[in-house]
Amino acid sequence: MSFDSIYRIAGSALNAQTVRLNTVASNLANAESAADKPENAYQARKPVFAAIYSNGSLTGGTRLEGARVQVLDVVSAGREPQRRYEPGNPLADQDGYVYYPDVNVIEEMADMMSASRSFETNVEVLNRVKSMQSSLLRLGEL
Amino acid sequence: MSIRIDSLLSLHAQALELRAKRSEILAANLANADTPGYQAKDIDFAAEMRRLQAGESLDSGLEPRLLYRVPSQPSQDGNTVELSVEQAEFSRNAMDFQTSLTFLSMQVRGLKQAIEGR
Repeated sequence: MSFDSIYRIAGSALNAQTVRLNTVASNLANAESAADKPENAYQARKPVFAAIYSNGSLTGGTRLEGARVQVLDVVSAGREPQRRYEPGNPLADQDGYVYYPDVNVIEEMADMMSASRSFETNVEVLNRVKSMQSSLLRLGEL
Repeated sequence: MSIRIDSLLSLHAQALELRAKRSEILAANLANADTPGYQAKDIDFAAEMRRLQAGESLDSGLEPRLLYRVPSQPSQDGNTVELSVEQAEFSRNAMDFQTSLTFLSMQVRGLKQAIEGR
């Protein structure tokens, strides 16, 4: 029976969604972190997901098997920091400018909702498979 | 006269095994709902059951044929998983698994009653 691979698949998805929630939390927390230079400003992070088959490759063969999710990398979104005129800020340069990371808060919130819904979906899969397996173990009992 | 226990139980046992395999495929679809470029897969359950009935066994290395799902609304990143469709299929598959299990359980109970002579 292939229950163990289902647990592995759903577990990898839970892990990937946790990483995604982690980056969202980091981006939202640092949305208002000012910096003195553009290169010192916080860069928004995004995880990159990929489907990995049990033979370790990115494409499945003809064999019947499910693909795990793997977080290939966490990359910075690479958007330009915003320059704001705040002469009162202790980090301001001699012209009175500070640099804020270009984090789109609405986008991050939507991403957060999507990640937590996907997490819930996979918890539901785990629960369902658990009940399938436990009823299979009771087979033959009167 | 002898009862072939193998052939008595084989139908639902095969169905259970195929259901378990299908739930792996559907779980993978649900897990990869946010993976760019992932293409949702499924098997044709009825066709695979007919193949099994025709005497082909899963153990003899004949794997079920994987098919790709055709999305009704493809997304921009090449992912063809539609969460609602996959969730519905997964829960239906799980219910059918329980149904096969119940039938199998009833057959075992019938055999037991016959053995005990009640």
